[in-house]
Amino acid sequence: MTTELKPKIAVKNLNFYYGNFHALKNINLDILEGHVTAFIGPSGCGKSTLLRTFNRMYDLYPKLRAEGEILLNGQNTLSSNIDLNMLRAKVGMVFQKPTPFPMSIYDNIAFGVKLYESLSKSDMDDRVEWALKKAALWNEVKDKLRQSGLGLSGGQQQRLCIARAVSVKPEVLLLDEPTSALDPISTAHVEELVHELKQDYTIAIVTHNMQQAARVSDYTAYMYLGELVEVGETDAIFTTPKQKATEDYITGKFG
Amino acid sequence: MLTLYTRRRITNFATLSLSMAAMAFGLFWLLWIMYTLISSGASAISIDLFTKTTPAPGSEGGLANAILGSLQMTIGGTLLGTPIGILAGIYLAEFGSKGWVAPTTRFINDILLSAPSIVIGLFVYGAMVAQMGHFSGWAGIVALAILVIPVVLRTTENMLKLIPTAMREAAYALGCPQWKMTLFITLRAAKSGVITGILLAVARISGETAPLLFTALNNQFYSNLNQPMANLPMVIFQFAMSPFEDWHALAWAGSLLIGLFVLGLNVLARILTRQQGSH
Repeated sequence: MTTELKPKIAVKNLNFYYGNFHALKNINLDILEGHVTAFIGPSGCGKSTLLRTFNRMYDLYPKLRAEGEILLNGQNTLSSNIDLNMLRAKVGMVFQKPTPFPMSIYDNIAFGVKLYESLSKSDMDDRVEWALKKAALWNEVKDKLRQSGLGLSGGQQQRLCIARAVSVKPEVLLLDEPTSALDPISTAHVEELVHELKQDYTIAIVTHNMQQAARVSDYTAYMYLGELVEVGETDAIFTTPKQKATEDYITGKFG
Repeated sequence: MLTLYTRRRITNFATLSLSMAAMAFGLFWLLWIMYTLISSGASAISIDLFTKTTPAPGSEGGLANAILGSLQMTIGGTLLGTPIGILAGIYLAEFGSKGWVAPTTRFINDILLSAPSIVIGLFVYGAMVAQMGHFSGWAGIVALAILVIPVVLRTTENMLKLIPTAMREAAYALGCPQWKMTLFITLRAAKSGVITGILLAVARISGETAPLLFTALNNQFYSNLNQPMANLPMVIFQFAMSPFEDWHALAWAGSLLIGLFVLGLNVLARILTRQQGSH
């Protein structure tokens, strides 16, 4: 069904360990370019862990290690000679809790851009505006760009973080439960945004909310106890899952 | 038989009363100290205090040289000790997660933090004053800097550790190198806490006598940093121990100045900490 589509990220025989704990077991998965892939499953099933291997966030901590291959555009990102900062420039991430930096709204965006490009003042202004428009935040903050990002509401902060991730023009966006700390209206904003953003980016989203997965994603992967139980088109997963375990989880019999 | 709710109310009342009593006890001494300082020192506060040097017994004078010396050495000690403390604090909080260097540094710093200041004074005497052959303002600055370092180091490390991991991860997720993350994000987020630490260190050293006893000593006149240097704590000590009334008055005035200065710094530190909490 997906053979003609290009995988942006290809996970091959991925195993992940927290010390002695085997957190991801032999994962094989393609994340297709220009689509939204959702990861669902009960807490502790490894979906966030999997997401954090795509930009190698786990590298920050001792005793964590990944084995296998994760190909981004065909190149193995788990190999030791990968420049982590360049990888993270291509694979942006938005976290569960909004994490604006302690600086102005403008500088929150400009900070990331300055890591990779030296733009003139007017180009930077344009880029900040572009990123904030992408994150559907521009109209709310255009008159207070110089105010602290910490003064925004939770939902606005999260969209600021999305704008920040988008501003460096990544190829992939990883969203780790991006709406779990937000109210329903802000959640709806972010979900609309995911729809918009998939025109330009490949998106992987971890969510606890199955309706959200059904609403925003093209493909859904169900994980349980570190294993990838089933992956397929979202409609198919939610209507005719192949595995009994997936069906039980989706229908609420379990988890 | 008391109901559970009544018992809880009684416990609550008892605990609250005890904490109020403890607070009143602490406040009582502070107010008494301030009252004593003001009632005995306020009368000696005059223009002369800030313009004339320490007098011989029985003649007119002020504390100008001691105030200037204290300011010079406090500022010098802070300028010398603060960068070392901040850099070491950054190392412990951001870079020292692996290996033995950070835990060892932290341990030694804790010892330094609780070391009696007279020991530090003696150390600088042996290391600097004895080598140079005379007391000097510079030796005073070094001794005060050694007192500043552990205070600033500890607060910097603690304040940086309060910054949530999520903020660091967010910066790394952008591909931000560690030094930039530290300098522009975590240090900035912890800014008011770090400044509070510096203010508390300044408050601590501005009243220290013991480290200056063996280093800057005292001077009856204005002096440069290469000479023994007058400072408020030493002058207070000398004047208060003397049998002369006018020297006593000056000692009280000096004590009042230091008391107000330290109180002011602490209030400022409080205000800054509150700002840190609100954002």
